[in-house]
Amino acid sequence: MSNWIVVPAILPAMTAALLILALRHDLARQRIVSVAATAALLAITIGLFVLANDGQPRAYRLGNWPAPFGIVLVLDGLSATMLVLTSALAFLVLLYAVKGWDAQGRHFHALFQFQLLGINGAFLTGDLFNLFVFFEVMLIASYGLMLHGGGAPRLKAGFQYVAINLVASTLFLFAVGLIYAVTGTLNMADLAGKVAQVAAADQALLKSGALMLLIVFAIKAALVPLHWWLPATYASTSAPSAALFMIMTKVGAYSILRVYALIFGTEAGALAQLANPWILPAAIVSLVFGSVGMLASRTLRDLVCFWVVASMGTLLIALGTFDLAGVTAALYYLIHSTLTGAALFLLADLVAERRAQWLDRLIPAREIQRATLIGGLFFLAAIAAVGMPPLSGFIGKLMVLEALRGAPGWPLIWFAILGTSLLMIVGFARAGSTLFWKSRDANNVMEEPDRRSLLPIMVVGLLLAGTAGLSVAAGSAVRSLEGIARQALDPDPYVRAVLGADARIRAAGR
Amino acid sequence: MEVLVASATGVLVAVGVYLLLRGQTFPVIVGLTFLSYAANVFLFAIGRLAINRPPIISPDAAGYTDPLPQALVLTAIVISFGMTALIMVLALRGFLETGSDRVDLDTLDDAQAPREKPDPVRVGSPA
Repeated sequence: MSNWIVVPAILPAMTAALLILALRHDLARQRIVSVAATAALLAITIGLFVLANDGQPRAYRLGNWPAPFGIVLVLDGLSATMLVLTSALAFLVLLYAVKGWDAQGRHFHALFQFQLLGINGAFLTGDLFNLFVFFEVMLIASYGLMLHGGGAPRLKAGFQYVAINLVASTLFLFAVGLIYAVTGTLNMADLAGKVAQVAAADQALLKSGALMLLIVFAIKAALVPLHWWLPATYASTSAPSAALFMIMTKVGAYSILRVYALIFGTEAGALAQLANPWILPAAIVSLVFGSVGMLASRTLRDLVCFWVVASMGTLLIALGTFDLAGVTAALYYLIHSTLTGAALFLLADLVAERRAQWLDRLIPAREIQRATLIGGLFFLAAIAAVGMPPLSGFIGKLMVLEALRGAPGWPLIWFAILGTSLLMIVGFARAGSTLFWKSRDANNVMEEPDRRSLLPIMVVGLLLAGTAGLSVAAGSAVRSLEGIARQALDPDPYVRAVLGADARIRAAGR
Repeated sequence: MEVLVASATGVLVAVGVYLLLRGQTFPVIVGLTFLSYAANVFLFAIGRLAINRPPIISPDAAGYTDPLPQALVLTAIVISFGMTALIMVLALRGFLETGSDRVDLDTLDDAQAPREKPDPVRVGSPA
């Protein structure tokens, strides 16, 4: 059964190869294969989630090489949750994209599958260097997706995006090199044991490596002051790509949790809890900065981009505590913000394609078709995004506040979270009222775009139904996430799953 | 030898960072290349510096050097090579489409520029 762990990495790779080699010129078949493969991926990741639900991490050794020498993939509750979230988001985004976006450039579906390969691999890998490799796979595909459709602004923003990520990759290599030079291993489970035993003279080197790694993950997670690439990139890319990229900032948050809970967690001796003093202040500044940016936005997409920065701030405020309540809240908020952010990016596109030359700029224009439906969905998405009841953003923010009660400086943190919520309400209210209510000419309605399908609107509805479901089933979701958070914060079962069973294999082989 | 390798890596990083902070695309790409060279040299050195030692098992070897950094550096070279090619194409396309090789986005007035599906007929000032 544990052989299935490798499938979320293999399936998109094979699908992408098939798409690019055999179905290069046939968009209709590409769509069928891509949607079918992503649906299969969703089913498999749900199966893996059920498998991981027993609280036991499982390791898959590629080529059956014993860890820590071979490559391992590790499935635990955290990675299984992220896999399900990725494939569910990917499936919905793909349904949105097949209504026309994928025809605007070549190889959309192949790039999409490669992107899934990189993301799934990053969630599964149990090895720092393979994390680098999967990051690169994810990024190369994301460059292609980001530029999908072309156009000068996209190329300009794309250059910045590629450049900042190349710098991040180089930093990643330096960090990995420092960690390997001191400990002699890059297997995360092996590192978890060895970090505590590093000689005092080498600790400074290891600490530099670990903090450089934090910079890399902070760039991915768009933590202020390393967030500048995000609004430019997400605002200029196509809507399905931006919606899928919602999971990429979460890869950064996941990596922070994985590395700084497993390797530099409470049992890391002199380097224990290395990241804690850095994450919280940066996360608070991200939250404030993102919310202020929302007020300054001139288009709906910019507004959503800055909301993403702010939501990553909220997420990392909770994550930065590295305790059970904090990580549980962070995981809940992570799922919520991924779904809501994707819905908002797709809504921005639905609005833009109905407003002709006004696009999604926050200026009054003629009334759009289906204004009630789209405006209603925007209203729901905005409620979820700012954290008003009854949708999951409210419960998520409540959990974050609750997790931080009693932490040092908690009144300031509470003030930041609650104060920025007000700024977010103002930002979304301004955008919504301009786009849907301030019509220039009430009798002259915009024409409905050519694609008369309801599918894109249904996709947005499904994403929002996800956040609604998350708040209806909040009790069981939180209980489940609490178990996952407990598992993520406890390195021992993970280390045993990777190294312990393997020691038995070696003994038996002799 | 250690001093030489260490200072060479340092110089490569310094040159790379300086060029990276320039405003045109080409110096930025050269800077990125310098940075990735520095990373490669650095990765190569993390298995400790040794001369005339094989990385794979051989009967007449006096000692061995760590083979893993060499594998890592090979991966890193392949990836950075591919990335450099991509960003090169990107810079060139950007230059050909906008007529400017500035890195910053200010050359485009984003309030007026086409945000989506550039269509010369539909794009214009919202009159």
